[in-house]
Amino acid sequence: MAEVDLKAVRKRYPNGLEAVKGVSIAIPDKALCVLVGPSGCGKSTLLRMVAGLETISEGEISIGDRMVNQVSPTDRDIAMVFQNYALYPHMKVYDNMAYGLRNRGTPRAEIDRRVREAAATLELGHLLDRRPRELSGGQRQRVAMGRAIVRQPKVFLFDEPLSNLDAKLRGQMRVEIKRLQRELGVTSLYVTHDQLEAMTLADLLVVMNAGEVEQAGDPLEIYEKPASLFVAGFIGAPPMNLVDPASAELVGPIPAGAATLGFRPEDAILDGFASEGGLKIRAILDGVEPVGAESYLHAHAPAGGARMIVRTAGRARMEPGTALEIRAPAEKLHWFDAAGRRI
Amino acid sequence: MIGDSRWGIRLAHAILILGIVVVAFPLYYVFIASTHAGPDIVRPPMPLTPGGHLVENYRAAFFEGAANLGGVPVWRLLFNTAVMALGIAVGKIVISITSAYAIVFFRFPGRMVFFWIIFVTLMLPVEVRILPTYKVMVDLNLIDTYTGLILPLIASATATLLFRQFFLTIPGELVEAARIDGAGPFRFFKDILLPLSRSNIAALFVILFIYGWTQYLWPLLMTNRAEMNTIVIALRKMVSFVDHGTPWHIVMATCVLAILPPVLVVVLMQRAFVRGLVETEK
Repeated sequence: MAEVDLKAVRKRYPNGLEAVKGVSIAIPDKALCVLVGPSGCGKSTLLRMVAGLETISEGEISIGDRMVNQVSPTDRDIAMVFQNYALYPHMKVYDNMAYGLRNRGTPRAEIDRRVREAAATLELGHLLDRRPRELSGGQRQRVAMGRAIVRQPKVFLFDEPLSNLDAKLRGQMRVEIKRLQRELGVTSLYVTHDQLEAMTLADLLVVMNAGEVEQAGDPLEIYEKPASLFVAGFIGAPPMNLVDPASAELVGPIPAGAATLGFRPEDAILDGFASEGGLKIRAILDGVEPVGAESYLHAHAPAGGARMIVRTAGRARMEPGTALEIRAPAEKLHWFDAAGRRI
Repeated sequence: MIGDSRWGIRLAHAILILGIVVVAFPLYYVFIASTHAGPDIVRPPMPLTPGGHLVENYRAAFFEGAANLGGVPVWRLLFNTAVMALGIAVGKIVISITSAYAIVFFRFPGRMVFFWIIFVTLMLPVEVRILPTYKVMVDLNLIDTYTGLILPLIASATATLLFRQFFLTIPGELVEAARIDGAGPFRFFKDILLPLSRSNIAALFVILFIYGWTQYLWPLLMTNRAEMNTIVIALRKMVSFVDHGTPWHIVMATCVLAILPPVLVVVLMQRAFVRGLVETEK
């Protein structure tokens, strides 16, 4: 249906603040692109610029083959799902979904068909006569999705749509959004600050920081090869352990200019032997977080004071204060230079 | 809980009943007096039970009016007052909701200046600007017209502020959702804003209708001809300072008739009125 192409897009506010500093992203047709980053990184601003709710200071945004910089939100052929759902409180569910179509002059029978179809897909059929305040959070979320679906737009825009739901519902809706997006085959742009949501949903993951793209690509590739210290610390939960190479015992070659050494909690080994080469670091256990199937050991290195997390399978019965010897195999180590770039 | 004990409840009721009696007795007496013949009312002792002239008095008041007023029937006075009160209430709501809409949802040069100008007029009640306003009305030939009665009282900073405060609570996302849904400024106003403001409008209507109905100073200045009088002015004119010149039975009947419309408005719109004042859920 449509590719979305962002070329060197900038947003400068009248007070001189630059929220987006030249972002270029090409979202292929039917792909789900997730923008992730800490709050204030410009991801929402970028989404709102694609929607047409914010003006574009510099650069170009195209949807399909059409440059939309000067096109009003109504005519961009997009649908948006908001964080607080933004349902019209005085309208019934049916009218909430039908409103945009009515404004476009869609024939009545066509509106009815589309609304009922969307309601069936989202299991909202029995709620069409209710008002938003009579619905639960999850149901409201579905109505907001339904409102987007009935429009049959070229692009879906999601602005942190799950952040107001509880954890369990969020998991369910995540799967559902992914399924819907696949089924409908609509190019989508999804903004979130939750890296788990980002990892599981994205076909194309874009990590943003301070108005710039830190890394873009396949989510697992980003996980395996974070391009910078920022990405390494942001993607993955718990985050990557970052230590000073000087404070660890290392076997094997150290890349030139290496300033920071990283390894994921699941790649750390407590007992047994690491393969040939790799890292060994002494640490003191601060506490154990049992999650059920696995446990997270929080520890710090007496030399350098770096904090580390180690994942172990099952339940770890250890007292805080225990001395640990944390190892990681050489092929699982990530090296970063003084500027925070991957080596 | 307060008033749990038997005596507590009785005491509370006694106080409440006493309060009702104090407030209601004058009204009751007005009604009683309107059912007696004129001379019976002024002759002591005052009658406290309904007399036999109810239909007669009301018919006289409604269709003929008091002789010392040039015989303008009360229906005409009620009509004048209704036109004025409705005009003021509706006019104020229309003007204030549209100006609040402009101030809250549009960015235009001088937006804050206009807001402050509106705000400052709060400090200028009708009485302060009455001379210049009167002069303008005379020059425009609007004495003894409905337009003259209504127009100067329509601008309302209070109502504008009320709507502004309400509009500010409408989440920005809702406005943006409507924009994406293809609702232009007019559609947004009609489809989203008006329905959401319904209970506010109802509450304001009740308050403003009564405000308009009880206007005294402005109609007193604006109306010279007896048939353009509002009912409040007419009542005042009916009461002559020479006691025997006052047709008290007609005055009292007119009083009851004057009270009825505002009471009806309050009773009929009570639910919407209360909701408009207390509703926070949206």
